[in-house]
Formats: sequence, structure tokens, C-alpha cells
Amino acid sequence: MKKLLILGAGTAGTMMANKMRNNLERDEWDITIVDQYKTHYYQPGFLFIPFGMYTKKDVIKPKSDFFPVGVNVIFSKIDKILPKENQVLLDGGTVLKYDYLIIATGTRTAPEEVDGLKDKLWYKDIFDFYTIEGATALASYFKTWKGGNLVVNIAELPYKCPVAPLEFVFFADAFFTERGMRDKVKIIYVTPMSGAFTKPRATKMLGDLLDQKNIEIIPDFNIMEVNNDEKKIVDYGGTEVPFDCLVSIPTNMGDDMIARSGLGDDMNFVPTDKHTLQQKDYENIFVIGDASNIPTSKAGSVAHFSSEILEENLMCAIEGRPFTASFDGHANCYIETGYGKGTLIDFNYDTEPLPGSFPFPGVGPFGLLKVSRMNHYGKLLFRWMYWHILLKGKEMPIDSEMQMAGKKL
Amino acid sequence: MAIKTIAGVNVDVNEEGYMTDASQWNKEIAAGIAAEEGVELTDQHFELIDWIRNKVAVGDSLTIRAIGKSGIVDAKQFYKMFPGAPLKKATKIAGVPKPTSCI
Ligand SMILES: Cc1cc2nc3c(=O)[nH]c(=O)nc-3n(C[C@H](O)[C@H](O)[C@H](O)COP(=O)(O)OP(=O)(O)OC[C@H]3O[C@@H](n4cnc5c(N)ncnc54)[C@H](O)[C@@H]3O)c2cc1C
Repeated sequence: MKKLLILGAGTAGTMMANKMRNNLERDEWDITIVDQYKTHYYQPGFLFIPFGMYTKKDVIKPKSDFFPVGVNVIFSKIDKILPKENQVLLDGGTVLKYDYLIIATGTRTAPEEVDGLKDKLWYKDIFDFYTIEGATALASYFKTWKGGNLVVNIAELPYKCPVAPLEFVFFADAFFTERGMRDKVKIIYVTPMSGAFTKPRATKMLGDLLDQKNIEIIPDFNIMEVNNDEKKIVDYGGTEVPFDCLVSIPTNMGDDMIARSGLGDDMNFVPTDKHTLQQKDYENIFVIGDASNIPTSKAGSVAHFSSEILEENLMCAIEGRPFTASFDGHANCYIETGYGKGTLIDFNYDTEPLPGSFPFPGVGPFGLLKVSRMNHYGKLLFRWMYWHILLKGKEMPIDSEMQMAGKKL
Repeated sequence: MAIKTIAGVNVDVNEEGYMTDASQWNKEIAAGIAAEEGVELTDQHFELIDWIRNKVAVGDSLTIRAIGKSGIVDAKQFYKMFPGAPLKKATKIAGVPKPTSCI
């Protein structure tokens, strides 16, 4: 029997297990997937928790609901990959052999990377919302918070779901307005980027939205430390921003297992060919989702689009043919802007987010770089599609390759 | 695309003043750009500039984290050497493209 081994059963790993079980003969190929946890978290839902729109039960399901029949599932922490031996070691000493390996171990928040972040105010006046623990702690804090400086800080690039911190401040504006205390809350968006986003048009559009909602932006801020005693964040250049409540998007890093395996860059992301999704040094290792270093967003939509590419290329590799699929970096992000409305961006390695309609040219129903009620429904619908279509590896009604039709240059 | 005279030499630059042909770069030109940016170059600056040029030549992406781990300076010193916007200034002086952030 030949062996395909998948590390990580999050968004990307689960999709690949479903897709590959469909492709590979059961009597020729063993497929095994490994994860440390039994619960699957719908991470995009974390954004809604601090504002009481979702609770924990809205974002969790057992991982076992999503694995196809005929895949071996192992719940264990992965110790390391031995790429030269084609082996993976699990905690406790189990050795797994593979013919092909898919790395899908995602990224984790690493608050310990910034001095003073995970210190005496952690989960008292300082929170994250990228973990279930942080999101729920912040939800109870906001219930009784009296107001003051609400500082939202991105520690370092890259971080997953690049629009989530913006959505957070848009939601915060609406949340405190609806509670009749917006005048007591000063919202400050502190980012290492030079503006609200990276590319010119999206930066302008989102920057204007911040402005309209009376949210201050402090760009080019590279955090050096959090001063817990004086309640301020300080950057390397000496700029200081005082906070009453700090919401941090901590440094995102690949899992330590990647470093132990000697397969990571300085943030434990795995060097990967951005078109083929093959690991740079080993022909039988492929990388998908947040774990790779490909230069596009770390997002569920990217994991989804690239899963179709990986499915095709892995079959090419297995059957000894040249690769036929090439990933274009396609990302598609719904952005909540508060008050039941949202906007949408669609882009890839070469094309910045442009205005227009999506997915049907001229028709929509979604509007690119526009604020509309429909875009907000798109985001809510995404949760349903995530659980019922995406994780199971079924076809979604959107092309994996970015389309130019319907866009205005 | 434009041509600019720096330290008495004509070099190709983009609309933001970043050099577009790395082979035209030399230490005098670096000093010329540095002067415009209000930076006076020391041996340590040149050591770091060499390091940056080598990184870019092999296709690595430049970050403050990576420079902090270069063994030449830490992030705080880096800010002191190129006040304000260190990564933008250092790359401009080193004659390499402005780093783009991919998120
Ligand atoms: C607040 C928030 C909002 C978001 N919003 C959106 C959105 O609106 N749209 C969108 O497209 N994306 C969004 N995302 C991003 C999206 O959730 C991720 O990009 C996606 O889940 C990545 O999938 P993945 O499989 O690469 O990683 P994950 O789904 O994180 O899975 C990685 C898995 O690997 C396992 N693992 C790691 N290391 C080990 C080890 N050593 N041993 C055993 N198991 C291990 C983990 O337990 C985990 O189950 C959001 C994320 C957050 C946090």
C-alpha cells in the first residue's frame, strides 16, 4: 500500500483529505490525517464573538463530522518531520511513513514575541480575538467596559485574514454606537503598514471608511513593547499610544514543529513554490493553507482555491506527469463594515483588488469595493458554505482562478 | 521611470526615487541618497547595506524581524541608524526595491 499523510486537520487539511480520498483507489492508497485537537473551530466566526453576535457554540463542531470514510484519523501532537527519511514522528514516539506528505498545520498566534504583551494585563485589559479564549474573554469584558481608548494593534506581518482587524474596528464603532457610548470610546487603529491596507485602491476605500466612522489610524508603527504599568504601546521609533483596552493581533507564526523539522523560515512558514505548491527542497512534500510562505493572504478562501490546484498537481506527481495546475494567489474576502453591511475584495498575486461586480459580471449579486447589505449576507452565508460544502471538498460556485470579467480597471 | 543625477552619475530610478538597476549602485551613490534622506553613513551602515543587498540578490524578503536577527544590529539600533522609516530608507540607500508587504 502507498501512503499519503496529511499533517493538520484544519480548513486545508480536511479539504485535502476529502478530495484525495475521492481521487485515490482505496486498495492502493492509505490516507492518514493527524491533528492535536478533536474540535474544529470556524475561525472567521471569532470576529463576531466579542460583540455578542456569536457565542462559542456557533463556531465549533467535532472534526470527525468532516472526515470521509476510508481515512485513518490520528489525534496526537506532531513532534517533527524527518523529510530525508520520509517519516513523521508523533509525540509519544509513533513513527508514520509516507510516500507523499501534505503539510497543513496553519499558523498560531505568538503573543510572547512582543515584550510585555502576555504580561500582567493579559486578558484583563489586553486581549486578542484570534483564539477562542481571547474572543470569549473580550466578549465578557465589553459587557461592562466603561469606555476610553480602544487601541487595535497589528504586531507584525504577515498575519492571517488581513481584513479581520479592520472588520473588528468597524464592528466596534457600530457596537458602541448602538450602546449609546460611542462618544466615550476613542477607536485607534495602529498598524505596521503605511495605510489601512496594502494595495492602492483598497487602501483608499478602506481608509475613507475609517475616516467616516471616526476611527483614527496610526500607520508605520512597528511595536517594540507593551508598557503594562503606564498602559501604552511603544514602537521602535519611540511613538507611544496610550490604551485603556488593547486588542492585539499578535505575531502569527507557523507551528514550532516546522522549526523542529528544519523546514521553516524565520517565522516557521514553509518555503513553498507559489505556483505548484510543492515544498522548495523535497519533491514529495506539498504545503497548503496558512503554513506555507506563498505571498498571498493567509485565508480560508485561499486555502479553498489552492486546494483545487493541489489536488490536480498531487495527482500529476503520483502519476509521474508534469504539473498541469498553477496557483495564481487568488483571494476573496468579505469585509464586515458594521450596521448589517459589508464590502468585498477579490485579488491575486498580480492584480490588486478592483471595483466591479462578483461573481457574475455586471450582475453581482456582490459588489467589489462597495458597501452593501448583500455583501454582509455573503459573509454570513460563508459560514454555512464552510461547514457544508468547503470542508467536505465539494465544488463551490466560484472559480479557483481569479476572473477579470466584471471588474473595472 | 526617470533618470536622476546622484553623486555626479546618471542612474535609473522609479517615481519614488528607488534605483531600478542594482548594477549602477556604488558607495558614492549610496552616500548621495543618504544625504537626501538625512542619514550620514558609517561603517556599520555599509555593513548592513551589504547584508541587505545580498539578501535581495538571493530573493529573500526583507523585514524588520530579519534585520534584527542579522547579527549586525538589533531592531532598535536599526531605527536609530535610519530614523523615521528605517526599512524604506535603508533599501533606498542600498539601491534595492522598496519592500512590499504581502498580506
Ligand atoms: C478572527 C479570524 C477571522 C477570519 N476570517 C476569515 C474570513 O472571513 N475569510 C477567510 O477566508 N478566512 C478567514 N480567516 C482565516 C482562516 O480561518 C484560515 O486562513 C484557515 O483556517 C487556514 O486553514 P489551515 O488549514 O491552513 O489552518 P488551520 O485551519 O488553522 O488548521 C491547522 C491545524 O493544524 C493543527 N496543528 C498545527 N500544529 C500541529 C501539531 N504540531 N500537531 C498536531 N496538529 C497540529 C491545528 O490543531 C489545526 O487544527 C479568519 C481567521 C481568524 C483567526
